[in-house]
Amino acid sequence: MNRIDQRFADLKAQGRRALIPYLTAGDPAPAHTVGFMHALVAAGADVIELGVPFSDPMADGPVIQKACERALKHGVRLADLFEMVREFREQDSETPVVLMGYLNPVERIGLDAFADQAVAAGVDGVLTVDMPPEEAEEFGPVLKARGLASIFLVAPTTSRERAATICAHGEGYLYYVALKGVTGAATLNAADVAEHLAPLRELTTLPLCVGFGIRDGASAAEVGRVADGVIVGSALVNRIAENVERPEAIPQALQAVLGEMRTALDALPPR
Amino acid sequence: MSKFSDLTRLPDIRGHFGPYGGRFVSETLSFALDDLAETYLRLRDDPDFQAEFDHDLAHYVGRPSPLYHAERWSKQLGGAQVWLKREDLNHTGAHKVNNTIGQALLAKKSGKPRVIAETGAGQHGVATATVAARLGLRCEVYMGAEDVERQKLNVYRMRLLGANVIPVESGTRTLKDAMNEALRDWVTNVDDTFYIIGTVAGPHPYPMLVRDFNAVVGREARRQSFEEFGRLPDALIACVGGGSNAMGLFYPFVEDDEVAMIGVEAGGDGVETGRHAAPLASGAPRGVLHGNRTYLMSDEGGQVSDTHSVSAGLDYPGVGPEHALWKDVGRVEYVAANDDAVLEAFRELTHVEGIMPALESAHALAHAKVLAPTMRPDQHIVVNLSGRGDKDIMTVAKIDGIEL
Repeated sequence: MNRIDQRFADLKAQGRRALIPYLTAGDPAPAHTVGFMHALVAAGADVIELGVPFSDPMADGPVIQKACERALKHGVRLADLFEMVREFREQDSETPVVLMGYLNPVERIGLDAFADQAVAAGVDGVLTVDMPPEEAEEFGPVLKARGLASIFLVAPTTSRERAATICAHGEGYLYYVALKGVTGAATLNAADVAEHLAPLRELTTLPLCVGFGIRDGASAAEVGRVADGVIVGSALVNRIAENVERPEAIPQALQAVLGEMRTALDALPPR
Repeated sequence: MSKFSDLTRLPDIRGHFGPYGGRFVSETLSFALDDLAETYLRLRDDPDFQAEFDHDLAHYVGRPSPLYHAERWSKQLGGAQVWLKREDLNHTGAHKVNNTIGQALLAKKSGKPRVIAETGAGQHGVATATVAARLGLRCEVYMGAEDVERQKLNVYRMRLLGANVIPVESGTRTLKDAMNEALRDWVTNVDDTFYIIGTVAGPHPYPMLVRDFNAVVGREARRQSFEEFGRLPDALIACVGGGSNAMGLFYPFVEDDEVAMIGVEAGGDGVETGRHAAPLASGAPRGVLHGNRTYLMSDEGGQVSDTHSVSAGLDYPGVGPEHALWKDVGRVEYVAANDDAVLEAFRELTHVEGIMPALESAHALAHAKVLAPTMRPDQHIVVNLSGRGDKDIMTVAKIDGIEL
């Protein structure tokens, strides 16, 4: 079984919600990333989304744009990400790792080469922000053939018909984008999220995880009441940005943010 | 029967031009693009909508634009007769307004009170601000901070027209970054905002509808060719950044196999130096940016490359997907003109014909200078003079070492 499916099965058995942190690989420098990943797991991460830096991250707000710029200053490439995941796997063979990014870097090295190297490194899933399922006809089967999960986004603006298509193609978990906007934007509205998740439950048995606008324990708990997992990105990347001059302080700063969310989620009644 | 007839049936239902085009956007925008495609396909065949569009083109833009015989310049070049399609004479001074008139009508039909746009040289921004003023729509224009610096005149024009110009500080601070920021705005304000894209790129249906709104250029040029010299031209030349003016001129001639078409990209310091903006002529790899798959200048890691051109309007690392297909099937030849040759053509046309072209359009003229002398005096070339050069006076003066 894919590590992602295994992890969600375990969480379900325990009645717990998934906590999914996002980091841009190579931010603030490539040497730190693997250490940050272990720190996140120690603070309660269930799945790690590792961002592939891109020169033109059009779905991201200023926080993750700057993280990409910091990483790209070091010339971080997919080959470096694969090396990071390989190194992470030396000590952690259980925590699922999802690569999240844009299509161009992947197409540039080639879909098959990408998928082969991802599997060899120990990657479990791929979320390509600018590739809706209609455009995944070629890439989807390439990933599937190697047991890599294709993870897709659903937005507040997604029609029921499209949602059905996305659910049919999605694997691992469904990433519900909680608000209209870019990453790191305003705080989400939990009631609104609940309203949108209900119809998705009728379409899929995939775990429903919610991202965009979750910044602290309180907002994580609000979403955790209705979702199977919460995804947190900009709130963590902000801690990195604040500490670029003293990276040794970053692991603890990340753990403070994630730890608060873990506690808040685990205090909810079992699902 | 043309061997290129299949090209007129594109894009397919999902916006693909062969392997190019498509819709590579984050999920939030999918519904807005579905909605736009549906609205457009309905209105495209609606006689009332077409009549309104044609009326605006005639009475607001001033169409048809003349096809002018550059007799003196042709003699000087000593070969084919060169004809200039005078898009520079349109209201706002470039072909860009054909498209913004069309998209503003779509915005009006969709009831959205706010429009946004990206702009490089500022021509599309001005054309958008103009139609927004006329229709009473709120207008915000994203422009790379570097372009805001080098195109101050157009920035002030937009502000006078009531638009809010937002300098974009991210990335390389040019056109591609302005487009990123416009897409971020749209994804945030998608309920009340219509995004007026300025070129034949972006996610489906934009490449199709921007093409269709600009195709009036080629339809007129085709008719005028018969009126002026009794037959089809032997060659068409147009500059290509995103490629909207070239698309507009070329599209109605696609099935005329005997008409050669040449798209001229920005060669910058020279394609061989790497400092250019010529993804087609340089044979850049296939890539995905701003919602479509196309030829895209990027490094081995897939990061989008910096581009270089004396003309801000061509300073873009990608190109419209339909041009990418036309290159592959051999319908259009794509070449590059270097900054030096462009400036020479700019000066020459100004001196010899009293017409000051935009630096973008001067790329097409630079190639006409190469091509015309290889042809006979009874042959005809139509060059798209896509915009006027007033906006570039500061740039040229600076190159001349003159402070205005």
